[in-house]
Amino acid sequence: MPMSKVIIFLSFFIVTTAATSAPIETFKFESAEAEKSFHKLSDELRCLVCQNQNIAESNADLAKDLRLEIYTMLIDGQSESEIVDFMVQRYGDYVLYRPPFKPVTWLLWFGPVIVFLLGLVFAVRYLKTQDKDEQDEHLSNEEVERIKNLHAERD
Amino acid sequence: MEKKQSSLLKRSLPLIIFSVLVVLLAVGLTLNPREVPSALIGKPAPEFELPLLMRDGTFSNKDLLGQVTLVNVWASWCFACRQEHDVVKYLSRKGVRVIGLNYKDEADDAKNWLAKLGNPYQAIAADRDGRSAIDWGVYGAPETFLIDKAGIIRHKVIGPLSDEEKYKALMDVYEQLEK
Repeated sequence: MPMSKVIIFLSFFIVTTAATSAPIETFKFESAEAEKSFHKLSDELRCLVCQNQNIAESNADLAKDLRLEIYTMLIDGQSESEIVDFMVQRYGDYVLYRPPFKPVTWLLWFGPVIVFLLGLVFAVRYLKTQDKDEQDEHLSNEEVERIKNLHAERD
Repeated sequence: MEKKQSSLLKRSLPLIIFSVLVVLLAVGLTLNPREVPSALIGKPAPEFELPLLMRDGTFSNKDLLGQVTLVNVWASWCFACRQEHDVVKYLSRKGVRVIGLNYKDEADDAKNWLAKLGNPYQAIAADRDGRSAIDWGVYGAPETFLIDKAGIIRHKVIGPLSDEEKYKALMDVYEQLEK
């Protein structure tokens, strides 16, 4: 392949990687802690426009605005929980990737355990009936005697 | 006899479980995950004070008080807003107080849009940077809020009002409030 073609071929990769990478903005933080909070929050909050992305990864306009919002609140010295409350008040629990623990979400949290326990109960009961069936097939003492006799005859 | 019955139940158990699953999945398919229930229903409209689009002055949440009001979040760049515009105009003609919240729009674009398609709004608050819309929990235009006389948010429609079901649900609440 001539060199020019190789370069054109390679340039496709440059374009595609640039298009798929997460949006980059330069937010300046005074402390490493605030920066950590920023990344944690934007990782844990859902972007409502493109629902399967978090605010950190989304290119949506609203996600951009919300990143800025989180940033300004952190600079103002607000705590992580204050910022999460701010988001929940406006967008509901749905913005949280980690659902809160409360009566409405009990089924969500306990559901898998309940299903597992139910499965366990069914499995145990099923295995027990299997045992029973086998016992039913067991030979009576009389039959065992007969088999022994037959063996003895052959020997 | 009893044993026969119980084994019939046992045999049809997989079928029963399967049917329940099918029903659950069918219901799941009809749900629209885009429609996130508003966290603001039953709460007072958020505080805001924004410049008016069509004239000098500002519009604040206090201006919502006293009358049942629709707050319609729209933008000239929003395709679905165009779809629902005739419905907004119809409501306005019928005497419903409709306030526009112009969301992340250029003033000139918004004015041109209204000049072309008609302006059904009694007042339009311009939210250039979308900061107020965040307080309203807006995540995409169009969205329409129904506010009662005391300034409490009673209902929210996500997406165009031209959807018959959504329109009916909105008007049901509206008529109750107007009573």
